[in-house]
Amino acid sequence: MEITVKLFAMFRVGRFAATTKKYQPGISPVDITTELNIPEKEVGIVLVNGRHARLDHRLLDGDILSLFPLVGGG
Amino acid sequence: MDKIIRVNMTDLSTRTEAVPAAWAGLGGRGLTSTIVAAEVPPTCHPLGPSNKLVFAPGLLTGTPAANSGRLSAGAKSPLTGTIKESNAGGTAAQMLARLGIKALIIEGLPKADAWYSLHVSMEGVAIKEETELLGKGNFAVIEALEARLGKKTGILTIGPAGELKMTAANISVKDPDSKIRSHGRGGLGAVMGSKKIKFISIDDQGAPKVPIADPEKFKTAARAFAKALLDHPVSGEGLPTYGTNVLVNILHEAGGLPTRNFTVGQFAGHDKISGETMHDTIVARGGKPKHGCHAGCIIQCSQVYHDKEGKYVTSGFEYETIWGLGADCCIDDLDDIAVADNLMDDIGIDSIETAVMFGVAMEAGILPFGDGKGIIRLLKEDIAKGTALGRILGGGAGSVGKAYGVTRVPVVKNQGIPAYDPRSVKGIGITYATSTMGADHTAGYTIATNILNVGGFVDPLKKDGQVELSRNLQIATAAVDSTGMCIFVAFPALDIPECLPALIDMINARFGINLTGDDVTNLGKYILKTERQFNMAAGFTNEHDRLPEFFKIEPVAPHNAVWDFTDAEIDEFWNF
Repeated sequence: MEITVKLFAMFRVGRFAATTKKYQPGISPVDITTELNIPEKEVGIVLVNGRHARLDHRLLDGDILSLFPLVGGG
Repeated sequence: MDKIIRVNMTDLSTRTEAVPAAWAGLGGRGLTSTIVAAEVPPTCHPLGPSNKLVFAPGLLTGTPAANSGRLSAGAKSPLTGTIKESNAGGTAAQMLARLGIKALIIEGLPKADAWYSLHVSMEGVAIKEETELLGKGNFAVIEALEARLGKKTGILTIGPAGELKMTAANISVKDPDSKIRSHGRGGLGAVMGSKKIKFISIDDQGAPKVPIADPEKFKTAARAFAKALLDHPVSGEGLPTYGTNVLVNILHEAGGLPTRNFTVGQFAGHDKISGETMHDTIVARGGKPKHGCHAGCIIQCSQVYHDKEGKYVTSGFEYETIWGLGADCCIDDLDDIAVADNLMDDIGIDSIETAVMFGVAMEAGILPFGDGKGIIRLLKEDIAKGTALGRILGGGAGSVGKAYGVTRVPVVKNQGIPAYDPRSVKGIGITYATSTMGADHTAGYTIATNILNVGGFVDPLKKDGQVELSRNLQIATAAVDSTGMCIFVAFPALDIPECLPALIDMINARFGINLTGDDVTNLGKYILKTERQFNMAAGFTNEHDRLPEFFKIEPVAPHNAVWDFTDAEIDEFWNF
């Protein structure tokens, strides 16, 4: 299945801003962060199609996964 | 010894008073709101003789406590008609605190057709007639005053917008680099203009250090507090690296980035104006990605932005300004937005109100969406010069909406709604609706918990838990706004257990008192209720705690969310 992965802030450094590629069916955001060498404790916000999700959320074909470190502003 | 200084502009006299016992435990917003509520008739005209403009440093301002250099300004707001407190960084707060000035209260209106300045020093306050700097922009005022009075002079000034009493006018505060921070919201610059004060200069030469009752206890607490600020990923790493503008991409992804005058929740040009792009641009052009708004700031969320030639354009370039001119006006050129930001500082007009206003102006057809050069032209040619159109624009979003018959006008209590769509981030909608200040994201920043997973998580698209979240944050914020602390200390305070006790310990060590966490919560509640009471006496009711109708009937993409709180659900907010 195809997933679009978007990275933000410090996660982009040495990686990428966005990519779409094929993954095994049934994977979760945590499988992708592991593959990208992003430690779980550094993950601040996980969005799947613009909605907050957990790292063990089951991804579906065509999903957009957005990963942010813990950042903020205001 | 701490004192209160009153300046009477009607008879051009000044008076120094002892601090009344009831005000001794108050600072910042707690003090400005207490004074305004006690002394300003709620139904008075905000630009008339009965309004008072009050400046107060926070309880910890002037001490070595990290991030404690914020100044509160308060009055009845000409924009909202409510009570107003707006706080800013810069150098003035710490200087006033060292001078022992707990509050500077400016009353009355001059009888003569003349303009004045105030000079604050160890000798008190001197009122002088001012002619040279009238009509000048804020940067020219700062430059001239540093030449006239010395480089270290603290400065509070109004630009042309304040002189013209535009309701979006702000009060500018000189920062440590002789640039500008702003008491932005609520038109306090117009109040200063109504009192015919072009600037207030501050000289703290000869002032003693701010006294601390228990220096050892203070030092221990200050160290624990600073550690919490540096340890938290938001205040310790995210904000210093990307500034507040890191939020553009987050809100875009979450579908809560108000775009094209609040018609959709995502902006196609988001990456061009994002914090990530801004950081890389600043570094490539030799600007500063990190920068503090006052001495003692260890978060450093500000930055210095240069143009393509490597020349200074602006600093303190915030998410709300970039969102407003960017997504909401559909401008994807960060350089145009930076030029406009600098112009707004110079003219002395709130960059949130003005950005929201331009979204409405574009919908009204005054200029097309995406026209960055048009915004720069209108700022220079109309607002700065006070043409008839400029005065309508300078009145903010509500003013333009009324003049041009626009129905999609994002304001609450006539104050522009900032950078988070209340349909898709529902907690912040409760804050916009119920804040005593009109629409104000800082009053109870639910984005922390709705979007950023700070202080837990409350789903932004559901109604559950939002009223309680906003209430708790508004109470805590009112208390924090009284300490002189930057509101970003809330990020570590929400997540790191040692942070808030360290903050309270610093207050206790400063004054030799024994406040508890409950006392601080009660202070926050007292402030909100005092402000609410003023607003009710000014004619506000529950029916003013509402969002504009279009949020209920126009779903916002991508989540197709609408504002679906009932009136009774919103009114539950005040049940405390």
